[in-house]
Amino acid sequence: MPKKNQSTQNKKYQEYVEKTSPKPTYMKNCTWAFFVGGLICTFGQFVHNQIESRMNLTHLEATNITTLIMVFLGALLTGLGLYDLIGKRAGAGSIVPITGFANSIVSPAMEFKREGFIFGVAARMFSLAGPVLVYGITSSVIVGLIYYVIGR
Amino acid sequence: MESYVNAFIIGGLICVIGQLLMDGTKLTPSHVLVLFVTSGVILTALGLYEPLVKFGGSGATIPLPGFGYALAKGAFKGVKESGLIGAFTGGVQATSGGITAAIAFGYLMAIIFSPKTKP
Amino acid sequence: MAIKRVGSQTVKLLNPPAIVSAASIVGPKEGQGPLSNYFDKVLEDDLFGEDSWEKAESKMLKEAVRMAVSRQDLMLPDIDYMLGGDLLNQLMSSSFAARDLQIPFLGLYGACSTMAESLSLSAMLVDGGFADRCIATTSSHFSTAERQFRFPLELGNQRPLTSQWTVTGAGAALVANDDGGPFITYITTGKVIDYGIIDANNMGAAMAPAAADTIGRHFDDTGMLPEDYDLIITGDLGRYGRDIASDLLKTKGYEVVKNFTDCGIEIFNPKKQDTHAGGSGCGCSAVVFCGYLFKLLREHRLNKIMLISTGALFSPTSAQQGESIPSIAHAVTIESKKKN
Repeated sequence: MPKKNQSTQNKKYQEYVEKTSPKPTYMKNCTWAFFVGGLICTFGQFVHNQIESRMNLTHLEATNITTLIMVFLGALLTGLGLYDLIGKRAGAGSIVPITGFANSIVSPAMEFKREGFIFGVAARMFSLAGPVLVYGITSSVIVGLIYYVIGR
Repeated sequence: MESYVNAFIIGGLICVIGQLLMDGTKLTPSHVLVLFVTSGVILTALGLYEPLVKFGGSGATIPLPGFGYALAKGAFKGVKESGLIGAFTGGVQATSGGITAAIAFGYLMAIIFSPKTKP
Repeated sequence: MAIKRVGSQTVKLLNPPAIVSAASIVGPKEGQGPLSNYFDKVLEDDLFGEDSWEKAESKMLKEAVRMAVSRQDLMLPDIDYMLGGDLLNQLMSSSFAARDLQIPFLGLYGACSTMAESLSLSAMLVDGGFADRCIATTSSHFSTAERQFRFPLELGNQRPLTSQWTVTGAGAALVANDDGGPFITYITTGKVIDYGIIDANNMGAAMAPAAADTIGRHFDDTGMLPEDYDLIITGDLGRYGRDIASDLLKTKGYEVVKNFTDCGIEIFNPKKQDTHAGGSGCGCSAVVFCGYLFKLLREHRLNKIMLISTGALFSPTSAQQGESIPSIAHAVTIESKKKN
């Protein structure tokens, strides 16, 4: 986000800071993200397979129930205060799966409990996850409309 | 067994892309999540995400692009079944379970638990 | 020209006021750090028996003031002014503490530079003959700062290597006319400096130019040199910010390397405590000064130090609107003996 009207002194300083600041440890972070993200998905697959074979459901229904269970687990681990500890190491590995979506809903809701149940818990619940719903749902409407016009 | 390996690899790789975006650019986790869910919708509309789901199973549906996938598939199904209105109802219909679970469980957990200072 | 001014931004106190007592309270994590033994009170629970972290922070500040005052066998009404601040919106912690303490209160906002700012003003009030005793105090709390400036505590996000850890703690220093030291001898008040850093996770880089500017100005104004000091210590530049400030001072012609450190570096053990670049927050320079440095000065293990508290004057609003981070640094020279 470079701003206009920067003096050359500022630009030079920013380049210098960019150069001297420590770089993220890419290899380590990506390895953690890969394994934790992979494990969460593998666990999801396990839940999915169990549901599908035991409860005699369609593939789609099983997928939906799996999502439900994963959301519950993400919310529970957040409540227990464990999800932020996982996230500290795993980074995107625990942010990107649907459990991370649950974490981003539960954590502000818990945090603002002291501001009351209406303006605290309920109003803050979607302060981080709201954008995901806004952009996800809006873009699904747009592709739906395009499909309606050209696709059918 | 093969389904587990595939889920692990696809899920892990999607997360690595997210990690590289977070570390390599100035994008915050919220930016990455929005980007992922939107890409999920677009890739599904272009027919590119379906093969990934076929191959990776939960590895493709559990990460956030999978949420976009479900939204887009729902919107298409809605349009097929009920026309124009389906573009508006389909997406949320298909994902209503997950969204409702997030709200209900989220509220429940917030009532039960209190946050702790990071150690 | 005013008789007590030297150079463009510095004040020389002609009747150097003394810091007659100081008190510090820290949270559990700071209590596990390397300076643990110097703090007057280490909390076992960072809620401090209150039902919110904001109230806990306010109570820390209040207790630190009470402790500093009672050490001199004084009562609260003996104090003429309380000068203090914190990081919360509308100075919640200090205002709420001042409500209970009932000392005439001047609230200050200098972000994390507030400790040096309140010490400066207290010393000027006392030296100027406007007050006999002033209490200078600041506080910060990890959990209140996180929710105001960053993310909810339970969010599973990653902290970059340049990020710093807000210190949970409060310090209070009682400034009065007295013959026992340490004494505040010079004050250099900083200007707001902004080199266009936007990244709120790299505050050290944002604040380093302000620190270097104030330190350089102090030497220019007084004619002193870095060697004249036993210790030059910044507030919360952290590991990387300290190195940048040292580089910037070199370009100004001042070599500060071996006697130059930072409160944020001293307070935590980065390997064991996972605090990345170091500590930050109003409380950082407050507890390191009131707990650690004050005692070393008292025992004459340090004879002359410069404390430069550094503040990043951004708000969540300015950060979201993509503005860069304006920064400020105030310097206070403290000597263990009065020179005649």
